[in-house]
Amino acid sequence: MPERKKRMITTTINGEEITFLCEPRQTLLEVLRDELGLTGSKEGCGNGNCGACNVLLDGVLVNACLVLAPEVEGRELVTIEGIAPGGELTLLQQKFLEHAALQCGICTPGFIVAAKALLDENPSPTEHDVRLWLAGNLCRCTGYDKIVRAVLDTAAALQAAQTTPTEVA
Amino acid sequence: MGANPKLDPIRGEGSGNGSRPQPSYKVIGTRPIRPDGVDKVTGRALYGADVRFPDLLHGKVLRSPHARARIRSIDTSQAEALPGVKAVVTGADLPTAEDRFEDLGEGGINLRYLSENVLAHGRVLYHGHPVAAVAAVSPHIAEEALSLIQVDYEVLPPVMTLEEAMAEDAPILLEELRTDEMGERGNRPTNVAAHFRYELGNVEEGFAQADLVVEREFRTQTVHQGYIEPQMATALYDQDGQITIWTSTQGSFSVRSQVAEILQIPVSRIRVVPMEIGGGFGGKITVYLEPVAVLLSRKAGYRPVKLVMSRAEVLMATGPTSGSRIRMKMGATRDGRIVAAEAELVYEAGAFPGSPVGSGAVVLLAPYNIPNVRIDGYDVVVNRPRASAYRAPGGTNAAFASESVVDELARKLGLDPLEFRLKNGAKEGDRMANGLPHPKIGYLETVEAIRNSEHYNAPLEGRGRGRGRGVASGYWGNWGGKSSATAVLNADGTVTLNEASTDIGGTRASIAMQFAESLGIPYEKVKIRVVDTDCVSYNDVTGGSRTTFGTGLAAYELGQKMKAAMIQRLADIWGVSPEEVVYEEMVFSAGENRVTFDEAAKLIERRSTPVMVEAEVYGKKYGPAFSTQCVDVEVDVETGKVTILRYTIAQDAGKAIHPAYVEGQMQGGVAQGVGWALNEEYVYDREGHLLNASLLDYRMPTALDLPMIETLIVEVPNPGHPYGVRGVGEVNIVPPAAALANAIYDAIGVRMTELPMNPARLLEAILAKQAQESTQPA
Repeated sequence: MPERKKRMITTTINGEEITFLCEPRQTLLEVLRDELGLTGSKEGCGNGNCGACNVLLDGVLVNACLVLAPEVEGRELVTIEGIAPGGELTLLQQKFLEHAALQCGICTPGFIVAAKALLDENPSPTEHDVRLWLAGNLCRCTGYDKIVRAVLDTAAALQAAQTTPTEVA
Repeated sequence: MGANPKLDPIRGEGSGNGSRPQPSYKVIGTRPIRPDGVDKVTGRALYGADVRFPDLLHGKVLRSPHARARIRSIDTSQAEALPGVKAVVTGADLPTAEDRFEDLGEGGINLRYLSENVLAHGRVLYHGHPVAAVAAVSPHIAEEALSLIQVDYEVLPPVMTLEEAMAEDAPILLEELRTDEMGERGNRPTNVAAHFRYELGNVEEGFAQADLVVEREFRTQTVHQGYIEPQMATALYDQDGQITIWTSTQGSFSVRSQVAEILQIPVSRIRVVPMEIGGGFGGKITVYLEPVAVLLSRKAGYRPVKLVMSRAEVLMATGPTSGSRIRMKMGATRDGRIVAAEAELVYEAGAFPGSPVGSGAVVLLAPYNIPNVRIDGYDVVVNRPRASAYRAPGGTNAAFASESVVDELARKLGLDPLEFRLKNGAKEGDRMANGLPHPKIGYLETVEAIRNSEHYNAPLEGRGRGRGRGVASGYWGNWGGKSSATAVLNADGTVTLNEASTDIGGTRASIAMQFAESLGIPYEKVKIRVVDTDCVSYNDVTGGSRTTFGTGLAAYELGQKMKAAMIQRLADIWGVSPEEVVYEEMVFSAGENRVTFDEAAKLIERRSTPVMVEAEVYGKKYGPAFSTQCVDVEVDVETGKVTILRYTIAQDAGKAIHPAYVEGQMQGGVAQGVGWALNEEYVYDREGHLLNASLLDYRMPTALDLPMIETLIVEVPNPGHPYGVRGVGEVNIVPPAAALANAIYDAIGVRMTELPMNPARLLEAILAKQAQESTQPA
């Protein structure tokens, strides 16, 4: 029988320090969704193939379904709910809307978190860079065309505004 | 069509039907932000799995490890004794459903089989067939409990392929099944659920006129819809007998009636709350978990129970669509007229009858006017999950066969494949294989659009030497169906529109836009909500490409009715007759009386009867859709890998209400078709175990596998809709497999007749061709 005794974990989520109880076998995704009510991260596959649960862990893009909850002790998480500092939509989110880069929308939070991570690292990606980076995120509705355009357009707008992506994206 | 349709892929408008002026619209044809957009980019939108309650229980389903077995007994006592377990159910908890075929929207099923598919009744028929379910205080405890359920199986040899199923001495899956032989019930046990025939003219005489005949056999494998959101359902069975179900579905009313039939409960006791839906493509019409969640909720002491499938469960036990074997024979005269066609379509139904072979047979030759046709269709049960609808059900399989043969005929006749299509293409009044005449259609216009496209006229470097270009066309009949909706005028001059078509790809926007156009107000004034089954009357599923057409019809009618109601209220207030009230550019006037739309709304609320209007429609004059596609590929002859260099689609949308979401349907349909063509397939071992039940091994296209997909929206208005709307959702999945096969042939001279054309299969074909060429004398 697996260990059911809960542990107390303290971590920072979207800028706020949070303490939660979890079993060692619970994934970060399960805790985010079922314990903390942060249901913006979605479970599409549960084994790291679809990217719908993408979050940033200490600034690094990870699949929350592949991280065990106790592993986030003392670390810093950003989820889709915290992607927009102050709550206003980021340029990336705006561009997703303007380009109609979503249909059903279930993959959208993961794509936005992943695309933010890309733009943080590479502010002027080529189309190939975007496609390669986003190959870890599955979308079954759009054929990716409008998603790739939304990300490229965000990068271009950010470059034009000569701001750093971390400030706006 | 006039000159090359110009299209900016982001901002461009469709090419339009150049032969006549289009009405000028204010809202239709623009690209506003969708009403549910902000919630979907912030993660706030609530999908089925996001439902939470304080006393929520979590359910899990025990599934058969065998493809075919008899269940001798099930012992649930140890599972029930596990602390934290609140209920266990099996097929014995289900009443006997009626032995009656029920149309679910896109395809149907006998209710008894639907019930048996929800929880097995004494036999299991595929790997993953549900056998029992548990509700517990956590999903982990529910899962532990599953391992404590003892099922005694008598394992039987499975029947996995069409050949095995149709063999003389085949094991029989369903003892009670008899062939529906062209309407007559057969008299012996069989795995062939149905055989039908479509016949036009005289096919023998037709082939006698032909100068050239091509005949080939094609095979396609079982594939899945691949929506990213797994199936889920949460149910609360209340102490007063009222039932609420929260689920992501294509049709809340369809869920209500299926649950009512399976559990023998009146529909009035069931309320279905449609949550946001994470993709469906036909796969979220049939119920799987909803009746189980209801049973568990009642048995667990009237507590809400949530069931969520894992991805493996989704692949093992939901969807998929049929693998198939199609023999296609076509004859043409030297001058390029197709004079006869004969086909045999054999489709896997999965464990229960009901493959989409019927619609496949209609799609097969619908783009062509062929005088002599005979098509035989067979629906065959095998030990795989029951086939459910998948975007233009049955169409991709069929068009892979027919459009490959059309390409071969054109090549052998030395004709351009688009010229060949224009010569034989169907027009209004031409009869399809099922005998029905085409209404007003825009097939030839889609062919013209590709012929005039920049893509088709651009030279392809390396063509015939590893690179190739292919074209193919496709048809989907679309659907109208039933919709009902209401609209409420608010005092600030906005309108709340309540409809019940679940929004999978932007239909809130396309419906609100039609309402705004009809009432003559800006899109931003419409607040649109998808409401539950207690709020409006019956609505058919979001399927069959019907929603923007059918629920759009209701929106148009609501706009007209609201305008009339406002005029009537203002006439009362002003003491004039309604005929004297003029409404133009958001201003109502009668003589010296004059109010803006917003002022009218406020005035009516203060001084007259409230304005709420309703519309109920049964859309029967829906317009079929056609798509013609052009693709350039590069084939690596060392590895068999196909790279798509460029892809262009021309589709007749009738009228594109929101062009960005029309393009999205076009691009998305092609992306799924590309997956079907190049990679996706179910892989079973000899015992019938599914070997690739994960998204790593069932490989759908990623962003890296596709180029940008260019779209040409053709608009030949459907006369059965006030704005000319046809359905746009499905047809684009029909041509890609054939277009890619034709491009591969163009590139390397290898004719692929089996899907998927993955590197292994393609390399095998390349090596076979090389071996054949090396043995031939120089």
